[in-house]
Amino acid sequence: MTLAAAAAHSGFLSPTGVEIAFVLVGIATLGAALVTVTTKQLVHAVLWLVVALGGLAVEYLLLTAEFIAWVQVLIYVGSVVVLLLFGLMLTKAPIGRSPDADSGNRWAALAVAAASAGALVWVVVDAFRTTWINLDGPAQGSTEATGSFLFRHWVLPFEALSVLLLAALVGAIVLSRKRGKEQS
Amino acid sequence: MNDVLDVALRLVIVFAVFMVLPLVVGQTEHKVMAHMQGRLGPMYAGGFHGWAQLVADGVKFAQKEDIVPAGADRRIFQLAPAVALLPYLLVLVAIPIGPGEGAVGQVVDAGIFFVLAVMGVGVLGSLMAGWASANKFSLLGGLRTAAQLLAYELPMLLAAASVAMAAGTVSLPGILDAFEWWWLPWQIVGALVFFVAGLAELQRPPFDMPVADSEIIFGAYTEYTGLRFALFLLAEYAGIVVLCGLTTVLFLGGWHGPFGADGLGWVWTLLKTAVLAFVVIWLRVSYPRLREDQLQKLAWTTLIPLALAQIALTGIVKVAIS
Repeated sequence: MTLAAAAAHSGFLSPTGVEIAFVLVGIATLGAALVTVTTKQLVHAVLWLVVALGGLAVEYLLLTAEFIAWVQVLIYVGSVVVLLLFGLMLTKAPIGRSPDADSGNRWAALAVAAASAGALVWVVVDAFRTTWINLDGPAQGSTEATGSFLFRHWVLPFEALSVLLLAALVGAIVLSRKRGKEQS
Repeated sequence: MNDVLDVALRLVIVFAVFMVLPLVVGQTEHKVMAHMQGRLGPMYAGGFHGWAQLVADGVKFAQKEDIVPAGADRRIFQLAPAVALLPYLLVLVAIPIGPGEGAVGQVVDAGIFFVLAVMGVGVLGSLMAGWASANKFSLLGGLRTAAQLLAYELPMLLAAASVAMAAGTVSLPGILDAFEWWWLPWQIVGALVFFVAGLAELQRPPFDMPVADSEIIFGAYTEYTGLRFALFLLAEYAGIVVLCGLTTVLFLGGWHGPFGADGLGWVWTLLKTAVLAFVVIWLRVSYPRLREDQLQKLAWTTLIPLALAQIALTGIVKVAIS
């Protein structure tokens, strides 16, 4: 936390250790993400995804958002990746290269990815361009600050997301029950 | 300089604990299981009641040839034991054994989340091993591991969330500072759910379907020999230490005890952890292995509703007393 506060005092052209680390981890994360989508070995792709998601967690840590960082590890590395691996083990993914792992849609996918990345960056930059964060006070990313922010200012989006997840859950149950009836 | 020395010393101590306590649990398991089954267990290595048996085992493992199957995915196969073991070392850093800054490796602000998140990563090691071994038994073991983790992660998180609600903080020392003795009956259901789910996550009997040695020959670890296999075993015992320590800290009041001066808090923590570790061993000797469908049923129809009920109870009591 004090590291980030110290970072505020130095200029743009004299980066601090935290900023250098941030850029380096960012490059590693980007590299892992690129390997994830280009490698032809399916399970390696999942494991590189772990590296990319873990790198993202480290970036959150460097930004002093400790709570978000651990939740990132808990949800994405601990659960989502395990679910992906579980799904992969049920397929016939071979050890070594899968010749058919390439998709003909790759240019369309690249266009969509670039467009969504551009939109996200533009929205975030536009929304927070004039926001100033006081680094001298308590850490803005601590659990307490995140919790009170979430439940004071963002309760409505939070609840809307809950309803969305509930809808997904109900949908999954409906889908699985329908298939069960056809079999019996 | 002093800071560097302080950090180094803490890390060395945590590492020493990490190397010693799992071996102590392992040796206790040898002896306790033996006596429960009317045997003596190891008696010769080291002289006094076979105390050096696990050291001898370690030497034996180090001497064995390190084999990687020809069809295996070499890198991942070799990396898997480290991925399985290291998370437990990281978790140990955040577990407080006594009051104050001096008795915890590093105070982590979001302690519960850190601990549960990092523990979840350890399972990736088993999955990597299961997939990379190019062996059908290993693959089955990996599948079962993943299914078990998916089922038991949720009740574990919910039970931990109940304690965090009760204490009003997610920091592990903070939870212990807020602890009162009547939390014990208040949170007992959560404690049971947490402990059972933790056992399942460690794949200890009776939840050892993923490694069932008599059916799928140790599951994901079938192809491992020598030191890498020893690392997986060490991960299991380190997991027992971490789970028992966490249950102690979250639900049994850690360094709080009915008597004992301020300086002896760490004795209480170690004592409670040891009793829980004994229970883990006891369960292994007493209960037959649960079948895969029974495992899933227990998690989804018993543990999760119990954990949700515990959270509701915690909320009601918390509102009532505030």
